[in-house]
Amino acid sequence: MDAITISSVTKKFGSFLAIDDLNMSIRDGEFFSMLGPSGSGKTTTLRLIAGFEKPTSGTIALHGEDVTRKAPFERDVNTVFQDYALFPHVTCLDNVAYGLRVRGVPKAARYKRAHEMLDLVQLDAKAGNKPSQLSGGQQQRVALARALALKPKVLLLDEPLSALDMKLRQQMQVELKHLQRELGITFVFVTHDQQEAMVMSDRIAVFNKGRVQQMGTPSEIYDRPANMFVASFVGTTNFIPESVVSKNGMESGHYSIRPEHILFSSPSASISDKEHVSIPVTVFDSTYLGTEYRLLVRTGKGTTFTVVRPADEVVPERGSQVAIRWRKDDQVRLASVKGE
Amino acid sequence: MELRRGTKIMFGVASVIVLMFIYIPLMVVALNSINGDASLTWPIRSVTLEWWVRAFHSQGALQAVSTSLEVAAAATVCALVLGTLCALALQRYEFFGKSAISLLVVLPIALPGIVTGIALNNAFTTMVGIRLSMFTLVVAHVTFCIVTVYNNAFARLGQLGEHAEEASSDLGAGVWDTFRLVTFPRIKSALFAGGLLAFALSFDEIVVTTFTAGQDITTLPIWIMNNMFRPHQAPIVAVVAVVMVLVSLIPLWISQRISAEDED
Repeated sequence: MDAITISSVTKKFGSFLAIDDLNMSIRDGEFFSMLGPSGSGKTTTLRLIAGFEKPTSGTIALHGEDVTRKAPFERDVNTVFQDYALFPHVTCLDNVAYGLRVRGVPKAARYKRAHEMLDLVQLDAKAGNKPSQLSGGQQQRVALARALALKPKVLLLDEPLSALDMKLRQQMQVELKHLQRELGITFVFVTHDQQEAMVMSDRIAVFNKGRVQQMGTPSEIYDRPANMFVASFVGTTNFIPESVVSKNGMESGHYSIRPEHILFSSPSASISDKEHVSIPVTVFDSTYLGTEYRLLVRTGKGTTFTVVRPADEVVPERGSQVAIRWRKDDQVRLASVKGE
Repeated sequence: MELRRGTKIMFGVASVIVLMFIYIPLMVVALNSINGDASLTWPIRSVTLEWWVRAFHSQGALQAVSTSLEVAAAATVCALVLGTLCALALQRYEFFGKSAISLLVVLPIALPGIVTGIALNNAFTTMVGIRLSMFTLVVAHVTFCIVTVYNNAFARLGQLGEHAEEASSDLGAGVWDTFRLVTFPRIKSALFAGGLLAFALSFDEIVVTTFTAGQDITTLPIWIMNNMFRPHQAPIVAVVAVVMVLVSLIPLWISQRISAEDED
């Protein structure tokens, strides 16, 4: 059975349409990410699942049970908030034990469980400290321990890593992923960082303008973006101009090609064939990034392409006249964007 | 910032003048309470503690103090409950007529006391048809006491935001548990400050009191008004005034202690 089923959900704030007829199922035990820019409806969807917002229309079911009209405290989900929302007036231990306390679990039992949870996030040493005495990363772990203390079947995470610095963030991404595997519960993770979503998720839903633009595994979304929004939001991509499309005998429409799928060849070889597209270009920028080169090239008509080549490859110098070339199989045909 | 010497002296002199203007009259009252001459002639020629002894044996004064304390305490408790509920409703929920209500709640503090007094007097005696009593007096005081509690609670709730409350609800706490365990501990110092102010407002209120208290009820300010120009009572009024100053220092001290703790 699906952990979460969202059926025909619409959410309006005044006249603003935050969620537009959303249908989505999240499977039991998967790491599911909701990815999108701010205002795309991903956080609203999370808050609808948690119960902080009520849908204008439609239904939400958790493990088959309709919870649309239920209050947050009647739902078997717990949330890790973006700002952690720890209770500042009590210790970390009391923060983690809070959910058990309001459920009437005796003091000894709830503190035992709270210590276990703090141990799980390697913070038992800070049990007696107030949250303000902890670093951002530590507070984040306490928030995680607090949400997991009730053994929820579904854990909701609202951009929990966005306040952390890059190193800590990458470390937490791996830890969260391991934790999810270990516990075997459903994680629903909201992020605006496409790389984070790619690293952690079993499946991703890409949001824009209150609609899901595409739902699938990270590789489905990266390799086969459904439309222009997904192609440009997830990773870097090049949109193939209209003139190139018609000249190469492709069916008219929008196409994209990833930077790493583009090769260089000599300008004399700039002839397209059945399987390849080739265009003469000038290199106008080249950046060495350690593991790769990132080059910007311009066609005669002024269209810019980004090309990424491995660092061990010899790449053309800035200013040189070359040709770029890619396989037609690597390009992706895109639908126009939903909701526009 | 470093001020020039002349500016420093000027500000210093101005500060001293202002402070003197506020505190010298208070000192005169204090000195009068031990003035040997019952007609309070100035300068003082002899010193006596007679007024202090008489004040502490004056049935009228003691009765008035205890009436005022009762009224202020009752009004403060009601204001704390109602003001907190009002603040929660207006800060945390969306409903029709919200902005109108937030204005109507605060209005009584801006209304002239005489208007509130006449209006409530009419309402009690003609509309509701009850006799003026301790009860009507407390109700009248609550109307403006709510405002100080409400304002403090509303501001604090706005400052805190609702994330912690959402987290509490998310962790399974119902509305009452969330208030008891998360909201209240974080707004209690604001409520205390609001409550102190409410208490002080009620304690020395005289205009609304005149119109809403029963004939047999004498609060301290009314007692002072009645006795101030009576021969031989003036020194006792001075004693009562000094006691009031001393008593009002206590809540001031407590509220400063509390706000210092809050910053931790």
